[in-house]
Amino acid sequence: MTETTKITMLEAINRALHDAMEADPKVLALGEEVADPEEGGVMGVTKGLSTKFGAERVVSTPISEQAIIGSAIGAAIGGYRPVAEIMLMNFVAVAMDMLTNHAAKLRFMSGGQTAVPMVVRTMTGSGFSTGGQHSDYLEAWFAHTPGMKVVAPSNPTDAYGLLRAAIEDDDPVLFIENIQLYFMPADFTAEKIPLGKARIAREGSDLTIITHSLMVNHAMAVADQMAKDGTEAEVIDLRTISPWDRETVLASVKKTGRALIVHEAVKEFGIGAEIASVINEELFGQLKAPVKRVGGAFCAVPYCKPLESAFAPSADSIGKAALELVA
Amino acid sequence: MSNYPTPDKATLLEIYRKAATIKLNDERIIKEMKSGRLVTPYYSGRGQEIIPSALAMSLNDDDYLCTIYRGTHDMVAKGFPLDTMWAELAGRVTGSCKGKGGPMHLTHPESGCMVTTGIVGSSMPIAVGLGWAAKLDGKGQVAVATFGDGASNIGAFHESMNMAALFDLPVIFLCQNNLYAEHTSMQKSTKIDRYSKRADAYGMVGVTVNGNDPDEMYGAAKVAIDRARAGEGPTMIEAMTFRFNGHLIGDMCDYMKHGELAEAKQEDPVPALRQRLIDEGIASEDELAGMESGIKEVIEAAVAAAYDADYPDAIELKRDVFAQEIA
Repeated sequence: MTETTKITMLEAINRALHDAMEADPKVLALGEEVADPEEGGVMGVTKGLSTKFGAERVVSTPISEQAIIGSAIGAAIGGYRPVAEIMLMNFVAVAMDMLTNHAAKLRFMSGGQTAVPMVVRTMTGSGFSTGGQHSDYLEAWFAHTPGMKVVAPSNPTDAYGLLRAAIEDDDPVLFIENIQLYFMPADFTAEKIPLGKARIAREGSDLTIITHSLMVNHAMAVADQMAKDGTEAEVIDLRTISPWDRETVLASVKKTGRALIVHEAVKEFGIGAEIASVINEELFGQLKAPVKRVGGAFCAVPYCKPLESAFAPSADSIGKAALELVA
Repeated sequence: MSNYPTPDKATLLEIYRKAATIKLNDERIIKEMKSGRLVTPYYSGRGQEIIPSALAMSLNDDDYLCTIYRGTHDMVAKGFPLDTMWAELAGRVTGSCKGKGGPMHLTHPESGCMVTTGIVGSSMPIAVGLGWAAKLDGKGQVAVATFGDGASNIGAFHESMNMAALFDLPVIFLCQNNLYAEHTSMQKSTKIDRYSKRADAYGMVGVTVNGNDPDEMYGAAKVAIDRARAGEGPTMIEAMTFRFNGHLIGDMCDYMKHGELAEAKQEDPVPALRQRLIDEGIASEDELAGMESGIKEVIEAAVAAAYDADYPDAIELKRDVFAQEIA
């Protein structure tokens, strides 16, 4: 245990990067505007790194997502631990060949001779009227890709601990940062948190809400509201989406008999489908109700505020689904 | 080209030894495929042997190579052992990639063969990263990306060339221009007559050489590699050549100009170098015949050993996906 104090997730990630670069000279950072002359990233997440660790290790790149990820892969194979930033999650689409055909597969295709210990940090999330190409959650694409790990923290402590673990991990990790969460202060403890372990954010006995990233906050609000009427929801923050913590999820649903999966990504073919399927395969006879899912609407993230709000899961829509589940 | 360094007699003989190994190995693979014993997606480098053979004379084992699906000639020249290569072609557990990669993903880090990709041109962004690692290591290593004329038209070519030049990385971009991108001629792929012209647009030295001429190819490669080792940045070499077996084995090459293939075969660079060695008194007919039969013995031993080995066990599906075996 180190000190506990309130900081934002943005500050926590910045601190994790500083601590990781301090701890291991092989850790590098690259991406658009990540160095201090370019203001340490569009949100300032990488502020201070280039001043402290030098322009050789912290590199602002041209707008070249394929070359950013390719460079990270090459540096990783060459013995380094690069942390590449893809400014917004939609931009990973530009670099999909490098991520899914190369980063994720080189270890397997080489029979374990090469490894790609890199982290790709990227931010996303609706709520800022940024429309159809600046707001998407695309975690299912990567969770569907063998060889890629996917992490999405919901608070500063997890962001710090998971990022430190991701950088030390010997496999490529996609690290998804929610823009709204960047600015929310919360209690903070600087400790590494192992990948693949979910966090029980709230204990309960009547239903299990399984979620990650910003949606954890909505799920907690719903659970608090339901508690007033005597229904106790257990909220599981997955933290790592792939590989996900089946053990914790299945133990919880076995206890409650009811499962609701929530993600901001479009519901159809999202990670909720996989989790629901495993719950059905493992616990069919013990379920008190069919597994439910709440996810984004099946459309591009819309621009105008009313539509954007209607697109994403909210405490209202999550609460409604939760009540139906326990009815 | 007069200011290029020229290979001495011993170097010429070594270039021939490599080129003859590539040619004999290629012919043996095709014989095996035609016999029906070997079913594999093999892309022949026959006709392009001199390029990597002359290049490799200036490379060390710890210099990095990122090559492509048409890349066995590059790897044989770089020092990839034939026994593990053949076992990999045969899909056996003794293969360099334990039978999990195949000819399009051959990997052998001990000889610097870091990545082989089945995606046109994806060798380039990764070589940029290996160049970055080499620069950070400060030991004078270089990274070579080889690719074809077709790959010169993908987006990652632009991103990679620009970034390597911007950061003065020790990368050699080796375009093996065999005039056809799969079935499409260079004339139908670009308005320019030489791909090396593009290097200038990135602030990079670019040269076009006759890749089938050992003097020119050796000289251009040595100058580029020396420049990279000295920290003076990348070079693009466009090595003109021709592929004798089309895109895939069995390709009828009907898309080629009438007589073009026959004419190229008339100028087969490997027998041409052989004759030159005799004409210039560098080696006698008997010496070369002895060298060739020695190469054939190594190949035959590799072929026999490959088929003697077992296929990998199904447990391998769970290994090398991540660093830790999947439960």
